[in-house]
Amino acid sequence: MRRAMDSTDRDSASTAHAAAQQPRVDYDAAQQSVRIVGVLTTGGAGHLRREFERAVRRGPVRQLDLSGVARLEGGAAAVLADAWCRIEGDPRPEFAGGAAHVRDVLELFLGPDACAVHPVPSRRGFFAEVGAATAGLFEHVRALLGFLGGAVIAVGAALRRPWTVAWGQVSRQMERHGSDGVAIVATIGLLIGLITAFQAAMQLREFGADNLVSALVGLSLTRELAPLMTAIVVAGRSGASIAAELGTMKVSEEVDALTTLGLCPYRYLVFPRLLALVLVTPLLTVVADVVGLAGGAAVALGTLEVSLYGYVASTREALDLFDVLGGLVKAAAFGGIIAMIACERGLATEGGAEGVGRATTGAVVKTLFYLVVADAVFAVLFDLWGI
Amino acid sequence: MRPVSSPEYPPDALPVSPRTESRAPAITVRDLAIGYDRVPVMQGLDFEVKQGDVFLILGGSGSGKSTLLRHLIGLQVPMRGSITLAGIGDPVAALGQKPRFGVMFQSGALFGSLTVAENLALPLETWTDLDADTIAAIVGGTLRLVGLEGAGRRLPAELSGGMRKRAGIARALVLSNDLLFLDEPSAGLDPISAAELDELLLTLNRALGLTLVIVTHELESIFRIGGRCILLDRRTRGILARGAPCELRATSREPYVQAFFNRRPMETSQ
Repeated sequence: MRRAMDSTDRDSASTAHAAAQQPRVDYDAAQQSVRIVGVLTTGGAGHLRREFERAVRRGPVRQLDLSGVARLEGGAAAVLADAWCRIEGDPRPEFAGGAAHVRDVLELFLGPDACAVHPVPSRRGFFAEVGAATAGLFEHVRALLGFLGGAVIAVGAALRRPWTVAWGQVSRQMERHGSDGVAIVATIGLLIGLITAFQAAMQLREFGADNLVSALVGLSLTRELAPLMTAIVVAGRSGASIAAELGTMKVSEEVDALTTLGLCPYRYLVFPRLLALVLVTPLLTVVADVVGLAGGAAVALGTLEVSLYGYVASTREALDLFDVLGGLVKAAAFGGIIAMIACERGLATEGGAEGVGRATTGAVVKTLFYLVVADAVFAVLFDLWGI
Repeated sequence: MRPVSSPEYPPDALPVSPRTESRAPAITVRDLAIGYDRVPVMQGLDFEVKQGDVFLILGGSGSGKSTLLRHLIGLQVPMRGSITLAGIGDPVAALGQKPRFGVMFQSGALFGSLTVAENLALPLETWTDLDADTIAAIVGGTLRLVGLEGAGRRLPAELSGGMRKRAGIARALVLSNDLLFLDEPSAGLDPISAAELDELLLTLNRALGLTLVIVTHELESIFRIGGRCILLDRRTRGILARGAPCELRATSREPYVQAFFNRRPMETSQ
């Protein structure tokens, strides 16, 4: 309380001190002169502007008397120069008096063309904005199709001449995006298995359908949850990393250097990452499947009256090969989507460090959207094919 | 050699020394217009670089020097006009094939995940049938040539700015091409490193007969390296002056040329 009061006292004292320090701007009607008195600081520039405008409204101004100005800071000089330019009439008011250092600072801010009017680019109208946005959209689609074309050509070339593929790069990328991500994918898979089984057990026990817990956990994990959750982890972990890496290479001219060395960025940069994610995402999904099923079994053994043998047997009965393979095919497609979007965003990076940040964020957000869309498409296709 | 400081100066009447006249052109640029998003940055560019020349592309910040370089090496398609590189033709069409010229980018643009030696070995592994031992020997020799012996196993991030630029030059040299483009080679270096790099470039030009096309605005380097130059001007969107830098400084009456070569603000040069 005492501290608060001290602080309030200090504030009011400082306000009173500031008011005492504020410059004075007087208008002399006889001389048609505006006289400024005091210390003109940047902090008091707002007050100076208001006082100055009030003074020049009182009558014609032929002279600005600076003899009472003790000190002139840069911000106040800029405001004074601007206000002087706004005074109408020809000839402009002259400066009178003032110490040399005050005149020097003001002269610096007035410069040779202080009153030049610089045209402000006019804002585009509604239709021009819509037109520009549409043209931008077409440009984006064209760039995207160009990227897809380049990637397809790179894949075709790799299939025709596999010995020209940088296999060392592929294995490095698989290690980085695959084996290094096993721990996080396994942890997420275990938690998803535990949660799904727990929720299923709570609901199904009400209806005496305990024996369906294993089927529900098994099917939902292998067909939907494990591939999608794995893909989300890969998108956040690998997609962001790929976009940032390629984005940095783009802004530091490494991609240009690669091109001038005759190496195609699609073959050298995109293809190894695409192949690596298409291969490792299903493998990580297998990890999530196994660990998730184990988590489900642990919950079932703890909360339901089933044996481990019975749980495994009913899971095997509920699942068939297509459930698991369908999930893995989806995971491979998800991996491809993540790699393509991350590489496209990375190689489209412009504008230094900020551009890299934008590319990374854009890659993750776009990937998550396209993953959900792709999952919906797979759900329809699997239904049509009876899988 | 008569310096010229008129943007309208016809390219065919360029003042050239007898030694230059006898050599074939390495680069021929005719009526070139360059820019971004259909907005021209430079237009009506005409010049020729003879084989073995040191050719400087000069200009202030934002004058289009680096954009011109990107067009010369095929990374951008001209809006109008033509660029012909000796033995290559159109540089854009040559992309994706074995490179016939080397490029050193401003920061070196070394691949960060590869060591310096791997950076140099990459084009050799891609474009030649040489065995690993031979490639290692070429890489070692090229690194020695640029004064980077012993740095082969280091990653680019472990090198100083000057060393990165030297490594970039080494990578550009490794395929033994006789045309080398360099973007701001001495920018951001301390005076001694910059002088050493300039000396290295002159040595490469004299000893190996390399044609060097250098984009720069570093005055010290410009006068140390010499050669022939064109000075790009943002206001006229064209070539304001061409000739030898020393002679342009001594005889040109163009205010911008005087301001540029004497490092003066524009108003005091007018």
